[in-house]
Amino acid sequence: MKFILMMNARKADWDEYAKWSKEDLQRNVAFMRAFSKELKDSGVFVATEALGWPSEAKIVRAGSNGEPITDGVFPESKEFLAGYWIVDAESPEEAYKIAARVSAGPGRGGESGNMPIEVRPVLGSHADLGL
Amino acid sequence: MMVDRLDAPIEHLLRELAPQVLSPVVRRFRDFGAAEDAVQEALIAAAAQWPRDGVPANPRGWLIQVASRRMADHIRSEIARRRREEAAAEEAERLALPVEEATESGEDDMLVLLFMCCHPALTPASAIALTLRAVGGLTTAEIANAFLVPEATMAQRISRAKQSIKESGVPFHLPTAEDRAQRLRAVLHVLYLIFNEGYVSSAGPQLRRADLSDEAIRLARIVYSRQPEDTEVAGLLALMLLTDARRAARTGPNGELIPLAQQNRALWDRQQIAEGIALLSTALPKGSVGPYQLQAAIAAVHDEAARNEDTDWPQILALYELLQRMSDNPMIVLNHAIAVAMVHGPEKGLELLRALDSDPRLAKGHRLEAVRAHLLERAGDHEAAILHYRNAAIHATSLPERNYLMLQAAKLSEMRSTDS
Repeated sequence: MKFILMMNARKADWDEYAKWSKEDLQRNVAFMRAFSKELKDSGVFVATEALGWPSEAKIVRAGSNGEPITDGVFPESKEFLAGYWIVDAESPEEAYKIAARVSAGPGRGGESGNMPIEVRPVLGSHADLGL
Repeated sequence: MMVDRLDAPIEHLLRELAPQVLSPVVRRFRDFGAAEDAVQEALIAAAAQWPRDGVPANPRGWLIQVASRRMADHIRSEIARRRREEAAAEEAERLALPVEEATESGEDDMLVLLFMCCHPALTPASAIALTLRAVGGLTTAEIANAFLVPEATMAQRISRAKQSIKESGVPFHLPTAEDRAQRLRAVLHVLYLIFNEGYVSSAGPQLRRADLSDEAIRLARIVYSRQPEDTEVAGLLALMLLTDARRAARTGPNGELIPLAQQNRALWDRQQIAEGIALLSTALPKGSVGPYQLQAAIAAVHDEAARNEDTDWPQILALYELLQRMSDNPMIVLNHAIAVAMVHGPEKGLELLRALDSDPRLAKGHRLEAVRAHLLERAGDHEAAILHYRNAAIHATSLPERNYLMLQAAKLSEMRSTDS
């Protein structure tokens, strides 16, 4: 079963992240690298990506001729995806354990960041309702 | 390492030879993990060279030789690494031996390999991957492709599986007679999972999934040829054939799910059905009836009905009742409820489902809700059916299932608004 682990952050969190110390950043980067390697070594890794800064995001809609109309104004409270991992786990519980490990990754001052990680099943291609 | 457009006959030959090459190499070098890697490399080399240079006169000998050479290289580098260790001397001696073609051991190597790969110490996912590679002769890339994970992840899974086998210390020979029956059940279960993985995935052309159902059938045939007297082996092979016979009819042009009742039965593979029924007819009278034979018998009853309305539901119900006594698999309980509904009316089926609400294995799944919706629809309670179809859709784990469930809800919803 595949699951996506999404790390979301509010704009305020992103603003704070921009001010992290060198030490905090290095510790966090080292943790993320080690975490990805762990996923790969344990044979559950499917994919991971980090996303650009929220200020780089645009909301796009099709105009009347199908041309893109972009909009870049977002409410302060909105959460932005910072990055995600897709894992192939034996059970939802295993996926939750993996999510808890990344949630406990070091934040500012080396304390556990305790970031909320949204875990959702990735829909497969299986088709069998037994009907 | 992906081999593209390999000649079909050569691919077939390589898959056939893979386990026959692996076993003598394991016997000689005693290291299952490294031997398996060496054979995989030999297969890849053959896949590149044979289409160009022609198949050698003795293809199995060629592969054993190449794999043994790889093993020798592997051991040499190991020795180099541990040069100062005395243990190296013994291995160097073994290296000096000529490459013999096959060590006749008197044991059935194919079964030994299957027992090894389906070892109870492994998780199902690991056992599946290892079986497909070591016995099925698929490349890591093909297996990764079939399970839609990166090749590196599948490689890691296989190498961890081999590590677990090494740590478990199982020797490379057949388990004792007492263990054998139980270990054979584990092998059958892994083959069943491989079959199911292939069968229930809607094969969109873009996915290019290796044909896992065909592979499972091929492996089941191999086990059957070794253990023709085991009625459950025959039962599993029959179940696969009788189920797979409907493959062409179970999905529409866009990969959409078509339930059994609505399938175009002209698309069912009659030859496969005949073969499955013949296998089953030989196995059943032998008297030791197990779950695979019963499931095959149920599949056969469906396959024998020329039209959906001709289905012999009382017989299916009787078979599910026997099956329920052997297994408490919740899927069997659900299918039993459907059979009850078909024989005694949807109300009776719904009553049985209510008893399942407290089953934790079904509580969070979508299947209980899907079956409930289906029976409510049959009972004519469309309003409740819509509700449960939608509820099932929320919990669906695959896109074709979710699409099907949402379409059912939408269909009933529209019927209701045109009625009023």
